[in-house]
Amino acid sequence: MMKHQDVPVLQDEPLMRKLPRRAFLRYAGLGSAGITALLLAASCHKDHNNSPAAEEVNLGSGDVGILNYAYALEQLEAAFYTQVVQTPYSGITDMELSFFTDIRDHEIAHREFFKAALSTHAIASLQFDFSSINFSSRSSVIATAKAFEDLGVSAYNGAGVYLQTPDYLTLAGKIVSVEARHAAYLRELVMTDTFVDTDVVDSNGLDLSRKPSEVLVIASTYIKTKINASGLPQ
Amino acid sequence: MNMYRIFRAIEEIDPEVYERINTRREVMKEFAHVGKKLSLAALPLALGAMLNKAYGQSNTSASVVDILNYALTLEYLEASFYSMGAAQGSALIPNSNDLTAIQKISADESAHVNFLKAVIPQLGGTPVNKPNFDFTANGTFPDVFSNYQTFLAVAQAFEDTGVRAYKGQAANVMSNSTVLQAALNIHSVEARHASKIRLMRRVNGFSNSVKPWITGNDTGGIGAVVQPVYAGEENTVQAGVQITGIGGLSISASAASEAFDEPLDMQSVLAIASQFIKS
Repeated sequence: MMKHQDVPVLQDEPLMRKLPRRAFLRYAGLGSAGITALLLAASCHKDHNNSPAAEEVNLGSGDVGILNYAYALEQLEAAFYTQVVQTPYSGITDMELSFFTDIRDHEIAHREFFKAALSTHAIASLQFDFSSINFSSRSSVIATAKAFEDLGVSAYNGAGVYLQTPDYLTLAGKIVSVEARHAAYLRELVMTDTFVDTDVVDSNGLDLSRKPSEVLVIASTYIKTKINASGLPQ
Repeated sequence: MNMYRIFRAIEEIDPEVYERINTRREVMKEFAHVGKKLSLAALPLALGAMLNKAYGQSNTSASVVDILNYALTLEYLEASFYSMGAAQGSALIPNSNDLTAIQKISADESAHVNFLKAVIPQLGGTPVNKPNFDFTANGTFPDVFSNYQTFLAVAQAFEDTGVRAYKGQAANVMSNSTVLQAALNIHSVEARHASKIRLMRRVNGFSNSVKPWITGNDTGGIGAVVQPVYAGEENTVQAGVQITGIGGLSISASAASEAFDEPLDMQSVLAIASQFIKS
């Protein structure tokens, strides 16, 4: 699944003999994050399947690593909403339950899609710890859901630029806008007119991006399985 | 972002970098000047512009500029629409919470216009002029600024189109990861807007079926006139994987289509937008 388009580009462009053009522009445009991408491009021939520790999953590197990263987050969301719908909080309205059921199904669809698409490259099923969430409390559930969705949006936005394969980028785009639709809805459940507040959208009208390392630190509160993301841009 | 450090790094790769652009002194002067005018977020784009100039990536830069101008046209459309709607105040939008929401969306769309207008010249392009709009779509929506239901219906069509338009171009701006990053970050904001507008339609009782997400190719009760906005959204197969019933689970066709938004190509988007453009 991983593509190494670098070599032909390199040969076609004597000017950039030392660097593939795309990696160069990325490097130049993104500063230190770009440098990471560059180093990764050089090291992504490594085998990403080499013997992980027993209860640890290794996301791998390159596009596979990014897709596994998305798969991990979708597993988290799907597990959370499965629980929400199984044990609805007290006072849940018909519309809320109906929309939470929709969201659960969307996240399951995302999870199962990544699993199928990654095939033998897919990481194992993760184990979660939701003990910090009070599923009978509306505010606890909604606050967590909102946090997960905003996190998901920023994660996809932050990882999209690392994808090398155009088709994967389009696929990630198909999913991130659905996560953003969820996020906006859930933010409205917390408080009206917060769907584009300044904690998620900046003064240029741009949504937040987070690096994989930032996202995984936040998500790790709820994930029991240890995730090795060393092959991903940090 | 430390421009000097970046240029030092580029020098190591290509010692002639300054000769390709100008003298070292001129380059630094230009950046100091640009830095005063642009927000920090737009600076990497300015750098990208310079590199385009240096390495003559005329094909790439032309197409990226074209795409940004296309985005700018859509943002002009949305910004004008919301600013005209918000200007009507409670005469159009009776609920004060809803008015606040429309004002917030209006501010985002204006910010997108300003952002793109600042960025395009940095890539060596010229921002397109704002078109003259006809939000009645030649009489199709005669009461767009006097009937709240019509206003939200048109808003929904614009936002859902915007999401599809950005999604359709992401892969075409991959050559410039700074532009790609900005496009991705605008894209998800348009989706937040779409979700809120759809929720407002539902809560106000203008449609009892519309949801924050798109179900099949359903227009949410707006009707055939906006059908092109939803063409193809009923897709339930992603990268060859059937999503309906995936993994032996009860994922319905509706949920399968809702779970993935679909891209729309430039031609289809312009066909939709051009109904609202007078000249």
